[in-house]
Amino acid sequence: MNSLNIELYKKLYLIRRAEEKIIECYNEDEMKTPMHMSMGEEAIAVGVCHALKKEDQVFGTYRSHAIFLAKTEDSDNFFAEMYGKATSPLKGKGGSMHLCAPNFGFMGTSAIVGSAISVAVGAAFANKRLKNGKIVAVFFGDGAVEEGAFWESLNVACLMKIPILFVCEDNGFAVHTPVHCRQGYKSITDIVFKFNCNVLKEESTDVEIIYDLSCRAIELIKSTQLPCFLHLKYYRYLEHVGINKDFDAGYRSEDEFNKWHKIDPIKLQRNKLIKEGYEEDEIRKMESRIDIQIKEAITKAKKAPFADKGELYKGLFG
Amino acid sequence: MRKISYCQALREAMFQEMERDPRVFVYGIGVPDHKGVFGSTLGLAEKFGKERCFDTPLAEDTMTGFGLGAAINGMRPIHIHIRVDFLLLAMNQLANMVSSYRYASAGKLKVPMVVRAVIGRGWGQGFQHSKSIYSVFAHIPGLKVVMPTTPGDAKGLLISAIRDDNPVIFIEHRWLYWQEDNVSAEPFTIPIGKANVLRKGKDITIVATSWMNVEAFKAAEILKRRDVSLEIIDPRTIAPLDDELMVESVNKTGYCIVADNDWLHCGFSAEVAARISEKCFGKLKYPVQRIGFAPSPCPTVRHMENEFYPNAVNIIRAVEKMLKLSPTDLSKEEFYSHEKRFKGPF
Repeated sequence: MNSLNIELYKKLYLIRRAEEKIIECYNEDEMKTPMHMSMGEEAIAVGVCHALKKEDQVFGTYRSHAIFLAKTEDSDNFFAEMYGKATSPLKGKGGSMHLCAPNFGFMGTSAIVGSAISVAVGAAFANKRLKNGKIVAVFFGDGAVEEGAFWESLNVACLMKIPILFVCEDNGFAVHTPVHCRQGYKSITDIVFKFNCNVLKEESTDVEIIYDLSCRAIELIKSTQLPCFLHLKYYRYLEHVGINKDFDAGYRSEDEFNKWHKIDPIKLQRNKLIKEGYEEDEIRKMESRIDIQIKEAITKAKKAPFADKGELYKGLFG
Repeated sequence: MRKISYCQALREAMFQEMERDPRVFVYGIGVPDHKGVFGSTLGLAEKFGKERCFDTPLAEDTMTGFGLGAAINGMRPIHIHIRVDFLLLAMNQLANMVSSYRYASAGKLKVPMVVRAVIGRGWGQGFQHSKSIYSVFAHIPGLKVVMPTTPGDAKGLLISAIRDDNPVIFIEHRWLYWQEDNVSAEPFTIPIGKANVLRKGKDITIVATSWMNVEAFKAAEILKRRDVSLEIIDPRTIAPLDDELMVESVNKTGYCIVADNDWLHCGFSAEVAARISEKCFGKLKYPVQRIGFAPSPCPTVRHMENEFYPNAVNIIRAVEKMLKLSPTDLSKEEFYSHEKRFKGPF
C-alpha cells in the first residue's frame, strides 16, 4: 500500500469537506467574505503543494482555499479567518480572498489578477541570491496570462534564470468569459515554450499524476536553473464567486460539468485507495477524523471574539 | 565636512549602505549604464558587481512587484526611475500590493524597499517627463513619501529610507542635483517624518517642497530688502506628515503660503492648507495661499513652460498681496534658469 496516496487523499478530503462546510454554513451570514470556491481544482493544489517542502513558498490568488489548506493543513486558522475572528493571525483583515500564513510558506495572494506573479518572481530571486534552496510556486488562472504582469514576469524570470514554478490553473473561464473570447492564440504552452523556460502540461484530475509532474518540474528547475511553466486543466464546479452552481446562467452546460464530475479528483483518489487494498472502514475512520477536525475548527471560530476595532490601525508600518 | 552635490550625496548614501549591508541592491532601467541616472548610480555596478546593481527589462510594474517579493524575503531593494512619470506604470503594484503587503500579513512580512524617482523640469521635457505626482503616492496608506531639498538631507534621508522596514518613495528634483553643500563623509541618518526650518523668519511662513525651497530662498533674499522676513519650512517627508513645525510657525506669523512643486487641485498644498486651517484658525490673518503648477499638462516650448512652473516671483507677489505691499521692482533681478546648463538633450 502506498502511503503517499493516503497522504494525498487526506489533503484532498480536507479541502473538499472544508468547502462543503462553507456551503452548509454560508447562509447563516456569519462568514462575511466573498467566497471564490476551489471545488474541482483540489488535485492541482494538493499535487503541487505536496511536492513542495515545508519551507518552500507559495503565492496564490483570490481563489486560494485549496492551496492554503494543501500547504498549511491549518483548518483552525482557515475558519477563524473566514469568520473574521481575533484567533486568526490576520484577525479578519484578509478574509477568503487574502489568506496569508508566511510561517507555513503561504506568502500571500492577490485579488488583482496576475499581480502576485511579479511578487513571486522577486521572492524567488531573493531565494536564489540568499542560496537558501527554497522553491517558489505561484498559482494563477488562465485569465492571468492575458495580463501584462504575466508576460513581464515570465520574461524577467527567464532572463534572470530565476528558480520559480509558474502554475497555470486553467478552468477555461475568466469569471464567465470563455477562453475563445479572450485569447488570440492557439496554445499558451506553445508560446511559453519559445521562452527560455521549462514547460509541462497535464489534463488529469488524478492527484498522483499531478504530484509526479510537480516533482519533475521542481527537479527541472533545479537542474536547469530556469523557471518551469506548469499548465494544468481543471473544471470550476461552482459559480465564479459564491457557493452555488450556475449552469442555468447559460454560459456553460451542466453536461460539461457531469463529464468532469465523473473524474472528480476526490472520488478518483478514494477509488484508488480501495483498489490498493485499503478497507472502506479504515478510510471512513480517517475521513471522520477530518470531519471532526473541521467541525471543531468551525465551532472554535464561531465562539471566538472579534478583535478590538482598534486593530484596524495596527500593522501598517513597523 | 566637504562640499558635495545632491547627486553625489545620493550616490554616496547608496554606496555606503551597499558596503554596510549585503542585502541592499540597486536596479532599474538604465541604472548601470554610462549615464547612471544623471550620475547618481555611477560606479555602483563596478564596485558591487552586476548581481547588486543591474539593468532590467522595460517592465516597471513587474519590477516593482519583484522588489516587493525580494523585500519580503529579506533583501533590501532600491528601484530607480529616471522620471516619476514612469512610476504610473507601476501604480498597480504600489497601490494594490506594496502598500498593503505588511498589513495583509499581520505584520509578519516586512517590506524594506526604496523607490527612487526623479521629478522636475529639465529642458523642454514636455508633459510626460515633467510630473511630480507625489501626492498620489502620499494619498495611499502604507507608503512613505520623502523628498529632500538639501544635499545633506538627500544623504541622511536616503540612508534612513534604505534602513527603513517599510516602502519609501524617494522623490528627487532634477535641478537639485547640482546644489552643493557641506555634507559629512560618514554615513548618517535623518529621521523620516521630521520637518525642518530651513530659514528663520517672523513675518510669513512659507511651506515649500523640494525645488520650491530654493525659490523661496530667492524670494526671501529679495524681500529682506523691504524688511519682510520669510520663515521657510521644508516638510522633507510628506507621508507621514509632521505638521508641528509649520503649525508652530504659522501660529507665530499668522500668514502661510504653500509653495508646492506640483498641481494644486487635490495636491499636497491642499493638505497643508487644510491642516493649517484646522490647527491655526484663530491665528490666521489671511487665508492660506497656494502656489504650484498651472492646471494644464506641461508644454514643451520654453515661454509656456516658464509660465507653467512656479518660481520666486510667484512667492514674492503672493507675499505682497497678503501684506498689502506695493509690487517690488524685479526688473533687475536674475532668477534661476538653467538655460546655461541645459543645451539638450536633457
